[in-house]
Amino acid sequence: MGGARKRSKDKLSTWDWQVFCKDTIEGEVIPSCFGSGGDITYLDWMFSAWGWTLSVALLSLVVALAFGSLMGILRTTPNRGLVFLGNAWTELFRNIPLLVQIVLWYHVIPSLIPVLQGIPSFLLVVAALGLFTSARISEQVRAGIQSLPRGQSMAGLAMGLTLAQTYRYVLLPMAFRIIIPPLTSESMNIIKNSSVAFAVSIAELTLFAMQAQEETSRGIEIYLAVTGLYFISAFSINRVMHFIEERVRVPGLIAAGGK
Amino acid sequence: MSAKTVISAGLIAASLVAEPAFAQDAGTLKKIKDSGSVTMGVRESSGGLSFTLGDGKFAGFHVELCERVLADVRKQLGMAQLSVKFQPVTSQNRIPLMQNGTIDIECGSTTNNAARQKDVSFAVTTFVEEVRIAAKARSGITSISQLNGKNVATTTGTTSVQLLRKHERANGVDFKEVFGKDHADSFLLLESGRADAFVMDGQILSGLIAKSKNPADFKIVGEVLNVEPINIMLRKDDPAFKKAVDDSLIKMMKSAEIAKIYDKWFMQPIPPANVRIGLPVSDATKTAWTNPNDKPAEDYARK
Repeated sequence: MGGARKRSKDKLSTWDWQVFCKDTIEGEVIPSCFGSGGDITYLDWMFSAWGWTLSVALLSLVVALAFGSLMGILRTTPNRGLVFLGNAWTELFRNIPLLVQIVLWYHVIPSLIPVLQGIPSFLLVVAALGLFTSARISEQVRAGIQSLPRGQSMAGLAMGLTLAQTYRYVLLPMAFRIIIPPLTSESMNIIKNSSVAFAVSIAELTLFAMQAQEETSRGIEIYLAVTGLYFISAFSINRVMHFIEERVRVPGLIAAGGK
Repeated sequence: MSAKTVISAGLIAASLVAEPAFAQDAGTLKKIKDSGSVTMGVRESSGGLSFTLGDGKFAGFHVELCERVLADVRKQLGMAQLSVKFQPVTSQNRIPLMQNGTIDIECGSTTNNAARQKDVSFAVTTFVEEVRIAAKARSGITSISQLNGKNVATTTGTTSVQLLRKHERANGVDFKEVFGKDHADSFLLLESGRADAFVMDGQILSGLIAKSKNPADFKIVGEVLNVEPINIMLRKDDPAFKKAVDDSLIKMMKSAEIAKIYDKWFMQPIPPANVRIGLPVSDATKTAWTNPNDKPAEDYARK
C-alpha cells in the first residue's frame, strides 16, 4: 500500500510542461520554447493548430450566418415555394450527423464529381461545417421572426413598404436582437465542432492533440493545454457576442415586440 | 515516474480515481490466484496481431500467444480453472489501464520504446514491425525518394507521422502529408487517389490490401523505413509475472511452435472474412525469436 500512496503523490510532482519546448524532430528541449531556422517546437505547432481551429470556425461561422439567415427568412415568407426551399435545406443539413457530412463532402461527393478532388480540404470542411450550422441558425432566425406579432409585418406592408423593406426595416432588426442568446451558443458550438476537421487532415487542435500525445507520451499536459485553448476561444466568442448584445440593445423594443 | 502516461482527456478522472484502489505490491500472480481470473487487454483492429471477431470474442497472433502463456501460468499456479476476460483497449488508454490494474496483460500492437518502459514492462519481443510504403501497383513508385512533392497518407496518432517528418528533414524532401483519421480512412485516401502512397506498419498495410476490393491493385514497395519491436505489455515492477510470461514465450520460441502460430495468423486465411494477410515472417522477427530480449525500439534504431 505504501507503494501505491507514493505513486499517487508522484503524479503531481512529475508533470512536465517542458514538453511544449521540445522540438518535433529530435525531442530536444529548446530554451526559448520557440523553434528557429525551420525547427518547430510543440508550442509552435500548437499555436499553428490553434490558428487552423480559429480559421475553420470563423469562416464556417460566416458561411453559417449567411445561409442560415437567408434560409430562415425564406421560411417565413408568404411564398410557398420559398418556404419549401428553406424547410428542405434546414431538414437536409440538420438530420445528417456532422461527421457523416464531413465524410460525404470529402470522400463521396468528389468521387461522383471528380473536379471537386482538387478543392483543398480546408474549403470542404468550411463548407460542411458552415452548412451544417446554417440549418441550426435558420431555425433560430425563423423562430425569431415568428415570435413577432403578425401585426408587425401587416403594418409594414400596409404602410406601402415592399416585402423586402418590411423585413429590412421592421422584422429583422427586432428578430435578430431577440435571437442573440441562441446565436451566441451556436457561435461557441462552431468552435467546438471545428474539431471534426481533424478527420479531413486539417492540422487543427484535435489533430495536434492526438498526434503530439502519441509522440511525447505526455497526454495529460497536451490535452489540458488544448482544452484551455478551446475554452479561451469559445469564451472569447461569448464575450464578443455579449458586447454586441449590450451595444445594440434598444430599451423597450423587445418588450414591445413580445406583447 | 509513473505519471508518464499516454492518456486521453476523458481518462484522467478515471485513472486518478481508480489508481489508489489497486496496490500493486501483491503482484499479478497473486491477484490471478486469488481472483481465479485474469483480464487480457486486446485491440479491436490491429491487423493479424489482435482483432475482434464480434460478440466479445478476440483473436490474432498476440491473443493466441497470450492464451497459451496464461494456460502455462494456470499450471504454474496449480489452478484447476482460470477465467480469461477480454478488455478492448485503444492506443490512448492501454497504458493507464495497465497501471491501474484494469488489465493484467496486454496482447495488442504496442511498440516497446524507452519512454513506455518507464511506465510499464514488456515481455520478450514476439513481433518486429517494419514500417513500409504501400502504393498503387501501376503507379511506378518503388522508393521513398520518388515521393518528393507527392501526397503521402498516414494515420493521425501514429509514430509514422513523426517518422515522415524526420525523413523530410534529413533528406530535404517535401511530402504533402494527408492524415487519415484511422487506418481504413488512410487506405481510402490511397484507393481514391487523394494520396499517392500510404506509409504505415507493414502488417497493417498487408491486412488492408488483403481486405481491399482488388488486392492486385496495390503493392508494398521500397525500403524498410523503420523497425519497431511490438511486445506483449505487462505491469511494471512485477518480476515474478514477467518471468512466468517470458518463460512460456521462450519455450514456444525454442520449440519453433511460435513460427507455426505466426503462420496460422499471417500466412493462412483468417476469420472473420477468411482472407490471407500474406506477410512472411521478417528476418528481424526471426532474430528476436532466436535471441529472446525486451530491448526498446531505440536499440533497433541504433543498429
